[in-house]
Amino acid sequence: MTTLTMAQALNTALRDAITQDDDVVVFGEDVGTLGGVFRITDGLTRDFGEERCFDTPLAESGIVGFAVGMCMAGFRPVVEMQFDAFGYPAFEQVVSHVAKMRNRTAGAVQLPMVIRFPYAGGIGGVEHHSDSSEAYYAHTPGLKVVSPSTPADAYGLLRQAIEDPDPVVFMEPKALYWAKGEVQTPGQPLPFGRAAVRREGTDVTLIAYGPSVPVALKAADAAREEGWDVEVVDLRTITPFDDDTVARSVRRTGRCVVVTESHGFAGVGAEVAARVQERCFHSLAAPVLRVSGLDIPYPAPKLEHTYLPGVDRVLDAVARLQWDDEPDTRWLDSARGGAA
Amino acid sequence: MTAQKESTHTTDPHAAGLVASLLPCPEPVQFVDATGRRVPGGEGGRGYAQPTAEQLVETWRRMVVGRRFDVQSTALTKQGRLAVYPSSRGQEACQVGAVMALRPDDWVFPTYRDSVALITRDIDPVETLTLLRGDAHCGYDPIARHTAAQCTPLATQLIHAAGVAHGEARRGRDTVALGFIGDGATSEGDFHEALNFAAVFNAPVVFFVQNNKYAISVPLSKQTKAPSLAYKGIGYGVPSEQVDGNDAMAVLAVVNHAVQRARDGGGPFLIEAHTYRLDAHTNADDATRYREADEVTDWLTRDPIARLEAWLRSEGLVDDARVEEVTAEAEAFATALRDRMNADPQVDPMSLFDNVFAEPTPELVEQRYMVAQEIAAEQEEQE
Ligand SMILES: Cc1ncc(C[n+]2csc(CCOP(=O)(O)OP(=O)(O)O)c2C)c(N)n1
Ligand SMILES: [Mg+2]
Repeated sequence: MTTLTMAQALNTALRDAITQDDDVVVFGEDVGTLGGVFRITDGLTRDFGEERCFDTPLAESGIVGFAVGMCMAGFRPVVEMQFDAFGYPAFEQVVSHVAKMRNRTAGAVQLPMVIRFPYAGGIGGVEHHSDSSEAYYAHTPGLKVVSPSTPADAYGLLRQAIEDPDPVVFMEPKALYWAKGEVQTPGQPLPFGRAAVRREGTDVTLIAYGPSVPVALKAADAAREEGWDVEVVDLRTITPFDDDTVARSVRRTGRCVVVTESHGFAGVGAEVAARVQERCFHSLAAPVLRVSGLDIPYPAPKLEHTYLPGVDRVLDAVARLQWDDEPDTRWLDSARGGAA
Repeated sequence: MTAQKESTHTTDPHAAGLVASLLPCPEPVQFVDATGRRVPGGEGGRGYAQPTAEQLVETWRRMVVGRRFDVQSTALTKQGRLAVYPSSRGQEACQVGAVMALRPDDWVFPTYRDSVALITRDIDPVETLTLLRGDAHCGYDPIARHTAAQCTPLATQLIHAAGVAHGEARRGRDTVALGFIGDGATSEGDFHEALNFAAVFNAPVVFFVQNNKYAISVPLSKQTKAPSLAYKGIGYGVPSEQVDGNDAMAVLAVVNHAVQRARDGGGPFLIEAHTYRLDAHTNADDATRYREADEVTDWLTRDPIARLEAWLRSEGLVDDARVEEVTAEAEAFATALRDRMNADPQVDPMSLFDNVFAEPTPELVEQRYMVAQEIAAEQEEQE
């Protein structure tokens, strides 16, 4: 075991994959000499050569499309989109080709590629540097969507993403890049579709992934003081989704709050809440609530703390889970927040 | 102080001859005119070699078969056998000529319009039409045939061509990738990103633009102010050429050159072939809404098949007997295709769940089960 930041864990995973598999190639904008703007690819070109890690022209659609072609020649590309919001130029390639290629060619063309995104906010980035774009990809059949919350998971999930026969959208919470944790290196790939219970509790389940996991854990600590024993489930992978772990937890606690940093409307949190309700209805003592970012464009850095779902917002939601059998009437008051 | 300022360009743009070497000929390269006569000096002074007689006869034969296939496919659409068919009647010199310059292990990245190119690659015509019949998205194995699935999102396939070409080159193979694209799609960003990537990585890619004058209804004049689409190469450092796309000999000559150059490590090449789409965009389109009948009649006089045939006859390379033979072959090809397409294809709804992922996700397993139940219930009702 070594103590690594998430950034170092990701870098180590790339190194180990490059060492073990000659077909792994890393490319994108500034990933070569510079080592990426977040240094995730630090030293790869120096240590493994331009052949294995190289800079490309500045064109996201080109980067992803080039990776599609390289897969057809038997490579396993790992490409970096410099920031969440700069992946949009590649959206057509991702949705129309990366996600569909296996299906539209009856399995003949496989795309074992990874598209890495530094994503989400909390680091004081100016506009277009803090989007949570995971729902766009999770909505698209054919893509696996992964988001680690610890250095150990970052290592194991990235190793799995590179070995995986399907294309993986790998969402790295940039606010957690510098968070430290114990990592086994060289380590094993971490299988997808297995959520982790980060903290056991009996009263309520908080479900989160990526940047929201530390928020949920902090909220759980704070809730203890209020007398609630909170369980925290970290999804790790959005697709494939681990219904078993989630449902087992909620059936036991009977209450559930989904915490996501992304906008709430039509987001991953909505999907999670629906799945919980479908599977755990008879065990639920209260409606499943969502705590999310606001449904506004991601704000300027000086206001992002207001946007981000923090511990207090999570605790407020927990408090509204009808502990005293009083129904939550907030949804009945349509004038809420208005003149009334 | 730094010893020497690094040049911002990898090559001096003012170096004698560089700009000239990237630009196309001012007029499209033409070897054979509309009457079938060899044009003296038509190679534009570039010294494109005249293709061999053998290559030309074979190209002509495949154009005859390709035309018959295309007409048959349009007929199959009218009979309800195909969901849609984008005809390439009139563009045979492009589709056949470009493919004839390739080896079987070279890669082709076709669009929806390039079915004639696919059968020229000897892909089974029924497999070729699987997409358009609507039983699956692609009927052949792209890896085995080194031919990508026909691409509909415009220009996106060209970046794949650059990627596979780069990948093959890295593996030490001398295969080349040829990407087809239409005139309208050259306005798409991916066309430009593909040219740029191919140039920067010196990838062995031939970009082949079939300028058939329309993007559905929109004429080229509304698409670009460039003097020719082949002028779009120079900005990326990609040498380019324009060619009479109804002159199969010229198409072959230029593609032969571009392919050999790429194979020898010379990097990408852009070709604009001037041709014309004689039919509507697809069977669902009404071309009378945006073009005059006279225009079509005029292009009929520049027919690519008649032109090459006239030249081959004048050279004694084909005669009446050979023409009859090939016509009969094309007829047999169309008849066999029609018969096979008259069979109702069996499509298995359960196959919907295959190949979304390597292994189905839990949702897919659930949905597969639901659909199986629905089908079982339907069958029970019918019994
Ligand atoms: C990205 C994208 N936008 C729009 C379309 C719809 N569309 C299909 S074909 C076509 C015209 C393309 O014209 P051109 O590139 O000249 O090729 P042609 O059809 O003439 O062979 C359009 C607009 C599409 N397929 N993809
Ligand atoms: Mg066109």
